[in-house]
Amino acid sequence: MNIIFVLIPVGLVLLLVAIGAFFWAVRTGQFDDLDTPAVRILSDDDNRPPEGS
Amino acid sequence: MSEQVHSLTAKERFEAFDRPAVQRGFVHEVDAHNNEVTLMVDGIHCASCSLTIEKGLSGIDGLKEIHVNASTHHANLSWDPARVPLSRLMQTIADLGFNPHPLRADTRTALNIGEYRAALKRLVVAGLGMMQVMTYAVAGYAGAFEGMTTQYQQFFRLLSLLVATPIVLYAAAPFFRAAITDLSQRRVGMDVPVALAIGIAYIASVAISFFGDLRTEVYFDSVVMFTFFLSFGRFAEMLARHRTMAASEALSESIPATATRLVRGANDEWQEQEIALPQVQPGERLLVRPGETVPADGNIVWGESATDESLLTGESQPNTRRSGDQVIGGSINLTGPIHFEVSHVGPDTVLSGIARLLERAQGQRPRMALLADRVAGYFVAGVLIIATVVFLAWLALEPGRALTVTLSVLVVTCPCALSLATPAALTAATGFLARNGLLVTRGSAVETLAKADTLLLDKTGTLTRGKLKVVAVRLLDSRQNEQQCRAVAAALETGSAHPVAVALNEAPGDLVADAISVIAGRGIEGVVDGRHFRIGRADFVAELSGRKLDMAPQPGVTTVFLGDKHTPMAAFDLEDALRPETSAAIRQLRFAGLAPAILSGDTIAPVQRVADELGITDFHASLLPQDKLREMQARRAQGRTIAMVGDGINDAPVLAGADVSIAMGSGSTLAQASADLILLGGGLDRLVVGVRQSRKTRRIIRQNLIWAIVYNVVALPLAAAGLVAPWMAAIGMSASSLIVVLNALRLLGGESSKTEPSPNGRFHEHPAT
Repeated sequence: MNIIFVLIPVGLVLLLVAIGAFFWAVRTGQFDDLDTPAVRILSDDDNRPPEGS
Repeated sequence: MSEQVHSLTAKERFEAFDRPAVQRGFVHEVDAHNNEVTLMVDGIHCASCSLTIEKGLSGIDGLKEIHVNASTHHANLSWDPARVPLSRLMQTIADLGFNPHPLRADTRTALNIGEYRAALKRLVVAGLGMMQVMTYAVAGYAGAFEGMTTQYQQFFRLLSLLVATPIVLYAAAPFFRAAITDLSQRRVGMDVPVALAIGIAYIASVAISFFGDLRTEVYFDSVVMFTFFLSFGRFAEMLARHRTMAASEALSESIPATATRLVRGANDEWQEQEIALPQVQPGERLLVRPGETVPADGNIVWGESATDESLLTGESQPNTRRSGDQVIGGSINLTGPIHFEVSHVGPDTVLSGIARLLERAQGQRPRMALLADRVAGYFVAGVLIIATVVFLAWLALEPGRALTVTLSVLVVTCPCALSLATPAALTAATGFLARNGLLVTRGSAVETLAKADTLLLDKTGTLTRGKLKVVAVRLLDSRQNEQQCRAVAAALETGSAHPVAVALNEAPGDLVADAISVIAGRGIEGVVDGRHFRIGRADFVAELSGRKLDMAPQPGVTTVFLGDKHTPMAAFDLEDALRPETSAAIRQLRFAGLAPAILSGDTIAPVQRVADELGITDFHASLLPQDKLREMQARRAQGRTIAMVGDGINDAPVLAGADVSIAMGSGSTLAQASADLILLGGGLDRLVVGVRQSRKTRRIIRQNLIWAIVYNVVALPLAAAGLVAPWMAAIGMSASSLIVVLNALRLLGGESSKTEPSPNGRFHEHPAT
């Protein structure tokens, strides 16, 4: 059972890593717009306006 | 005097935004080679539009980054001003068929993003931390029954302390900050009990962890759970608030950032200069092109045009304004270029006056929430006094148990259930309503809506579509056919922004008109298939053929005539028709006990017609915003609870002053900003669902409050008598909170109004793509 003294701190370290990664993602604006990227897949790659418009 | 104007090309129009003096207001300069700007882009109506803009600009040399948000219509650009001017970027957006406006850098956008990010981080820290602490707590509870050695118990306890500490200090910080603000202003707000519950439970748990014996319970699990639930509620509230603020931000765009000043050139002709709005002075002469917004109040000195003043008056029809007439800043110039002399700028304008009226009305809003807070304040004060008394009493009787018993009292009476009773129900109701097309922007609105007994309605845009529609085509000559007349009318009206033109052009045929000339206030002339036509007022059309047109005007109906050289051909009757769901909705609302009344800024005839159609006897026409406010206040003075539905800026002050205000999703942004609820689907039928749900919510809030109070009344004496161990108190508290939350969750399910997918809700391609 003594292994618990190692495993739980390891879990805590992983928690810190997860929170750190999440903070980084928030800081770089990845959660600022949750709508537009969802539909990006629907657009064609050659989505350019026709000539002269 | 020559009225020749050296006209600005579209390119020159955006060049004004390259000047440092103009840019200072909205461009953020990171360094010499990196500037950032946020543009509000008109014309984005679907996600593919935002992609079109991103793709269209991505090839430009010097543009570093572009992101277009389809839901807020904001485009964030960063570019190198040495390599590409801002005007070129804006021009490219305009070429794609959209209309970019710069957003002032100090607007709330940046603040909102900051607030959103901070709240999101707090919520996730609280959530992840809660999961950890719960794991330890379960292990601890299980261990207590299985006979866990003290070594492990102490270990889990310290771990919980370790994880709970950042949650209390970081995730719960806003509650403490708000509580301190409350106390420093000598009031006891709802955040005070919350902060006390978290603070005392945490500090007591820390003390027990270090100094108490192992049989005494710690409450880290309750602390983090409480923090997470409350953070989640606040987060949802913030999202709703931001969504409405984004709408009100667009209001600042109803006055343009630049104006076109006219100055006398060398050859006695007018030269155009693009200047920033704050530079405009009274007495100056400005040019307003068709489609532009009038930047200030003033008098027309040259030109004639129809202006859309619905922003200020709510009137459905545009007014013809010619030389000598007054124009109001914020109205839209529809048909022809006009020159006007500025009379009022900035805070002296009519629009600013309405904004001030709005602010004042907002200050007078009945503060239901204050009452709830005061009650909670008394409750907390009572608990603190009782806890102190209990502590002193036990200290005298049995000092060893004093701390344990006092803690039991504090925990068992933790106002969790009480403070969750209302927010949990409101959050659940808000979620249900949002799914049903009713956006709640202020939590307390649901409670007030349930009590409303008077329903004040604006006409244009609320009961009606706010747009003209062809309701009848009468042929004036037996040889004509309706199809042909409609097609000719549509061809002639192509490209005009006048509401009549928009209505006639609803189903364009394949005919094309040439040599179109617009005669403001009278009609349009043009050639279709080699034949000369006129469309417009009776006398204007009669003039062409020389044959008289005698037709009595019908009240509330706009009639437009079409004729060629030989004869008048057809009459189109247009009216602002009722929304299809209005009738049924009014009937149901009346059945639910709301007395409807119409307050309209429109003239009496159309108001009367709509009122008759709906069977509403209480109606008032030709009201100015302050008249509407007075009507509303008169009713409130009779002790009635007012729900107001409106869509225009002229409704905004009334909306702000009503007990509960509902804005139409299709309406003006200022109306939405001052509303408690927004009908996203556009029709009043959503309001029927809203009223029903709000009453159910009120019922559940009552049940919750009664439960919380009964629980406290029963538990408090038991705890004070020392009959409740702290662990029992903790379970009791959690259970009572859980019951309250589960009861509130009933609001999420249940009957949901069956809504068909609306055609505008679907993904659709922009014509430019």
